[in-house]
Parts: sequence; structure tokens; C-alpha cells
Amino acid sequence: MHPKRKKRLTLILFMVLGVSTAVGLLMYSLSQNINLFMTPTQIASGEAPVGRTIRAGGLVEPGSVVRDDSGLGVRFVVSDGMSEVTIAYEGILPDLFREGQGIVAMGKLGEDGVFVASEVLAKHDENYMPPEVKDALEKAHQNGKQALEEARY
Amino acid sequence: MGNLSGMLPEFGQLALIFALLVAAIQVVVPLVGVRRGQGWLMAYARPLASAQALFLIISLVILAYCFVVDDFSVAYVAKNSNTALPTAFKISAVWGAHEGSLLLWVTMLGCWGLAVAWFSKSLPLDMVARVLSIMGMVSVGFILFTLETSNPFERNLPSMPQEGADLNPLLQDFGLIVHPPTLYMGYVGLSVAFAFALAALLGGRLDAAWARWSRPWTMAAWIFLTLGIALGSWWAYYELGWGGWWFWDPVENASLMPWLVATALLHSLAVTEKRGLFKSWTVLLAIFAFSLSLLGTFLVRSGVLTSVHAFASDPERGVFILALLGICVGGSLLLYAIKAPTVASVGRYSWVSRESFLLLNNLLLLVAAFAILLGTLYPLIIDFMGMGKLSVGASWFNFMFVPISVVLGLVIALGAMARWKADDLKRLGSETVAAMVAAVLLGFAVPLLADGTMNWKVLLGMGVSFWLIGATLVDVWKKARGRLSRIPQLGLSYQGMVLAHLGVAITIIGVTMVANYSTEVSVRMAKGDSEMLGDYRFEFVDAGHVEGPNYVSDAIRFRVYDGEREIALLQPEKRRYNASGSIMTEAAIDVSLFRDVYVSMGEPLADGAWGMRLQVKPFMRWVWLGAIFMSVGGLLAMLDKRYRQRKNAPQNNAQANTAQEVTA
Repeated sequence: MHPKRKKRLTLILFMVLGVSTAVGLLMYSLSQNINLFMTPTQIASGEAPVGRTIRAGGLVEPGSVVRDDSGLGVRFVVSDGMSEVTIAYEGILPDLFREGQGIVAMGKLGEDGVFVASEVLAKHDENYMPPEVKDALEKAHQNGKQALEEARY
Repeated sequence: MGNLSGMLPEFGQLALIFALLVAAIQVVVPLVGVRRGQGWLMAYARPLASAQALFLIISLVILAYCFVVDDFSVAYVAKNSNTALPTAFKISAVWGAHEGSLLLWVTMLGCWGLAVAWFSKSLPLDMVARVLSIMGMVSVGFILFTLETSNPFERNLPSMPQEGADLNPLLQDFGLIVHPPTLYMGYVGLSVAFAFALAALLGGRLDAAWARWSRPWTMAAWIFLTLGIALGSWWAYYELGWGGWWFWDPVENASLMPWLVATALLHSLAVTEKRGLFKSWTVLLAIFAFSLSLLGTFLVRSGVLTSVHAFASDPERGVFILALLGICVGGSLLLYAIKAPTVASVGRYSWVSRESFLLLNNLLLLVAAFAILLGTLYPLIIDFMGMGKLSVGASWFNFMFVPISVVLGLVIALGAMARWKADDLKRLGSETVAAMVAAVLLGFAVPLLADGTMNWKVLLGMGVSFWLIGATLVDVWKKARGRLSRIPQLGLSYQGMVLAHLGVAITIIGVTMVANYSTEVSVRMAKGDSEMLGDYRFEFVDAGHVEGPNYVSDAIRFRVYDGEREIALLQPEKRRYNASGSIMTEAAIDVSLFRDVYVSMGEPLADGAWGMRLQVKPFMRWVWLGAIFMSVGGLLAMLDKRYRQRKNAPQNNAQANTAQEVTA
């Protein structure tokens, strides 16, 4: 083979090899690093993995926020209209956290069914409903309607 | 007169329509001129570009005026302003939301066209005609988009509100006055590099001269992009109240991707200019860089980030930008596929040479950009396919980006030192051995001195930075042949490169230190309480109220002590904006070169106590200081005298001729 072509071929082979390893590694590590979103209904039905970092969210139930007398511990209930899950958190809640507002929490589900959050997010926009929460509410709403219709017949 | 000024918004819209028409003419006439070889038609490109810019500026100024005089009959003004808003924020509210920021986008595009028209005296007329025609195409697309889907001049008639809804409080800040325009200048500026690349493809003259014309423009866009990203990070840091400075948020990623590719493009352009190599690669990078800035616009502006479903339920904007993106990327890649095979790069280089190092640098930057693209789009794709909701955590981005940056840091110094065509690893090694030893020693020393434990992340980050600084300085010393007095003679281009590379090292130092040695505590505090964080003691002095122009706030005064010495009196606030009722945290920061002390308020608790977030962040400023170094370096390189040669300078013509022979 012509030496120049040979050089070019080696270069291309190296690039292909490099790119495919890179993509493979990227995809693998990506699959290890994603955080699934679970709705309160999914958590209540036992679909959510226990002890793995996931995200959960819904509307904060009015009147459910209970603070510790000392320290920064707080517990509240989020709901998607069908089911509820209790979230425990230790730390500072975001400015837009309030009762009735949609929030997303990142953390782990405990054996006792309480979701221990390491981070609580409420987006920095008054009108903004976290997309996952909106979706969860809609899904729960539809399932509810379905159940109602099934019960009727 | 009263009637006329009442019609101002209509004039603004009219100016925008005129700009669209002028842009359309700017697309056609110069290209026809090029096709027919008629200089007088090509010569229309410059005045048309100027006229387009003028109409766009008029339009933008009218919108700003509507904000200043509180014309709430304009829906966009009513939604994003308020009579109580300070005037500076009324003006920055122009780009506070979707419609206005698009108008700013197209106005900047027009201004870049204007700049090309004015500062292209040394360019052949056919090149100017092609470049401005292509920029006209981009303008047509985006002005149409603005008028069709996001008209900022739409009226709230007949019932106009008495008071506006107010600007999002987060955006009522100096950072927002400067950050979006700077970032947009960068995004849009890449259209110039893109237009130059396509013009060169069309005209079949991908040569050293083209690279020399394109370089300062690309550099200018890159400088804006660098500053824009840094400003965004700085703004998020002090305004969001958590002390985070980078979140791997899709919006941030959208700005980092074009930056990475533009950085690759700058280095590839250097090879094309100096050695006539990597030509088609350079063109491809120019296409990628601009496509990524369009993708960024799509991601941020289509609503697709809020939810794929939001995109589907209000498809007009998203589909329009997606179509523009498709036409732009598809069209330019098609042109590339047709024209690029005719471009031959002549010249050889060995495995160890500056060309090879720059190629490696390009690959690393591209892999980094690709990884970020994947991580940003992955959740969207999964969601789109109905496979569930998920998010890619920051840890993944760090896991990808940090190792690439470390390797890149190692290569940067070598690329800058190595000779063109062929060099010798032994020579490079022997010249940098001192820098290597120093980097390893200091890399070990920093974590041991900091807290006595061997943190390998700190070792890597600091080692790479010291290596980069050391090797760069060694190179400067060699090039100046051991005399400080010779450094000013090394040329602006070289000095700029050195500054930019030192900037990279400074940023890596900042990132390494702040990521590994920040301390933070969230704690319940009441009047009289003290809290220790490392060597710092935070004392809650008292709480009070502050009345702002359009907000009221709770404020707490803190005294911060380093040991026994008082170093700062900080006053964080919790603001409540009157118009919207939104709550916002205003952090208080004591800034210094080697550490930031950051105090922000959480929620009010029982008995006058507050949840407080206290942080000490070492070397925080270095993250942004590095970006300033990079930008100043870019500016110096841009001002190098070889970019300011006159058209009729004989030397320039000779170069252009030889370059053409090479391609022929």
C-alpha cells in the first residue's frame, strides 16, 4: 500500500476505534448515572426501588408541612391526586417551596415508605410546574377516571 | 404628535418588517452579482447589510422606549415590566423574556453583518457578497420567526392593563443586564464564522487567506461567548442563593457546547492559516459551532426543556426553530458534501508536531462537546419515546468532563511549544522537564498542605495547572531568549495565546479548589447565635427590615470573624417583590482573591430564628478570573497586525495568489 494511504488508513482506524470506545463508555456510564422519576402513585404501588437515588415529586399537600422544633428538619406530604408520599428533608428549602406548589425531590426511598430527600427543587418561576409533576398529576387523573368508569360498569 | 407616538409600537413592527425585506434583498442581489460576475450588484451587499442593521436597531430602540414609558398596551411590556421597576431594569427587561430576547438576537445578527460590511476593506468583493448574503439568509429566517411566532410589539387592545405584571425578580439584577447580551453576541457571532466557511465553500477558495479573514471574527465571537458563560456562572452564583456556580443545567450546556467547538475551530483555523491543512475539517467545525448555537436557541426557546409535551402542545415556535435548524444544518452539510471533496489539503506533518497536537486538542474538545450533547439530549429522547422521565445527574457530566479537561490541559502546553511539521519528543521533554517536576511536586504539596490528606482529584487538577503554567512560561522564556525585555516583541498573537492558556490554568485551579475545599453548613440560627465553619465564626447580630424601590425584605446582619479578627459585616436579605409577591434570596458575599464567604437566608422558623446557609469557598474568583484572562488573550490575538493588512498591499496579493495555486 502507498505509504501515504497507509498512514491515512491508520489514522482513520484510530479515529473510528477512539470514537466507538468513547461512545460506548459514554452510553454505559450514562445508564449508570440516570435518576428515574417516580410519581407518588408509582411509589405507593411499590414500583419504586428502595435505597436507590431517584426523584419524586408532586404537589405539596396543604397543612402537611411539619418542622422540627430545633434544627432544620422538615417533613411534608406530596400528592399526585391519587396517592401520597411523605418526604423527610434536612436543610434549607428553596424560595418557591410552599404548600400547594409542585416540587421535585431527589433522594432515596426508605423501607418505611418515607422518601428521604437530599435535595428539594422548586423551579425559579412562579407559573412553572415541574414537567414531571404535571405529567404525574395528569396520569393520576386519567387513571382515576378510568377506575371510576370501570367501577360504574 | 400624540397620535404618532401612540403608534410607536406599530413603527417598531414596521421597522422589523423593513429589516426582513432588506435582508431578503441582501440574500439575492449580491449572489446574483457573484453569479453574473457583476461588481455593481455585489457592491450592494454592504449598504444593504447596514440598512438591515439600522432597521433592526430602530426596532429594538422602540421596544426599549415602550418599556421606559410603561406602554402597557404592548402585551410584552405589560407582562415583563412595572411602573415601580427602576429604569435600568426596564431597559434590561427588553431581553427578559422570549419575544424581546429574540429581537435582541436578530438585532445582534444585523450588527455583526454591519461590522462585516464595515471592516472588510481587505476582502475581495465577491467574498464580501457571499458572506453577507449567507448572513442575510440567517437573518431572514430569524426575523420571520420573530414576526410570525414571537412578535414583541403585539398589542393588548382594546383593554390595556393599568399596571404591568413585573419582571421576574431573579432577573432584576446587574447580571441580567449584561449576561444575555454578551452570550448572544457570542452565539450570533458564530454566524460570521459560519458564513465565511460557507462562502469559501461556495467560491471554492478554502485557503490560507480565507482562514486569515475568518480568524479575527471567530475570535471576536469566542471572546463574547467566553465572557457570556462566565457572567452567567457568576450571576447564578450570587443570585440563586445556593452558591452554586455551575449546574450542568441544559441551558448552561447549550452555551458550553458551542464554546468548546468554537475553541476547536480557533485552533483548527490556526493550522489552516499557517500550514494550509485541516481545511475541510475547519469548515465542518464552523458549521458545527453555529449549528450548536442554533440548537442552544432551540433548546432554550422552544419550551422543549420544560417538557417534551409542552413542545407538542404549543408547537409553533418549536417546529419553526427546528425547521430553521434543519435547513441550516442540512443545507450547509449538503453543500459541504458536494464541495469539500474538491478541497485538497497539501502538506505533511509528522506524528510529533504542532499539527498533531492541535488535532488531538480538537478531538478532545469535540468529544467533550459530544458528551455534553448526549447528556443534555438523552432525557429528552427517552421522554419523547415514552420510555419514562429521567434526568442525568451532574455527577455524570463531571465524570465525563473532568478527565477530558485534564488530558487537554496536558496537551495544551505541548501544542503551543511544538514546532510545525515535525518536532522531537526528546526536545520537548528536555525543555519542560523542570516544569514537569515542579508540577508533580506542587501537585502533591497542595492537598497535603490544605488538609493533610492525599486527594487525587486535587493532585490532578493542581498538577495539570502547574504544568500548564510552567511549560507556558518556559516557552515564553525560550522565545524571548532569556530576556524579559524581549517579551513585548514576541507579537500580540503569541502573547494573546500565552494569556489565554494561563487563563485555562487559572480556571482549572479555581474549579479544583472550590470543588474540593468548599465548606458549607445549613443551620438554624437566632439573634446572638454563633456558628463555626472551619476557622471562620459567623455571628448573628440582629434582624431587621429593608424597604427597596419595589420590594420589602427581611435582613439579617452577620459579623464574620477569622479567629479573633472581624473580617466582614454581611447583610443577606430575603426579599418579597410587591408586584408579583415572589420571594427571593439575596446572598451576602465577602469577596477576596483566595476565598469567598457566602451567607444566605433560608426560611423563617419559629421564635425569630432563621434557617441559614453559611459557606466558605476557596479560590472561587479564579474560576471567572481565568475566563477574563482567556478573553483578554483572545482580544490581543485578534489585534495582531497581520489581520489589518490593506487590500492593495502587494505582499497580501502575493500570498493570496500562492494560496490559490495551492488549492488549484
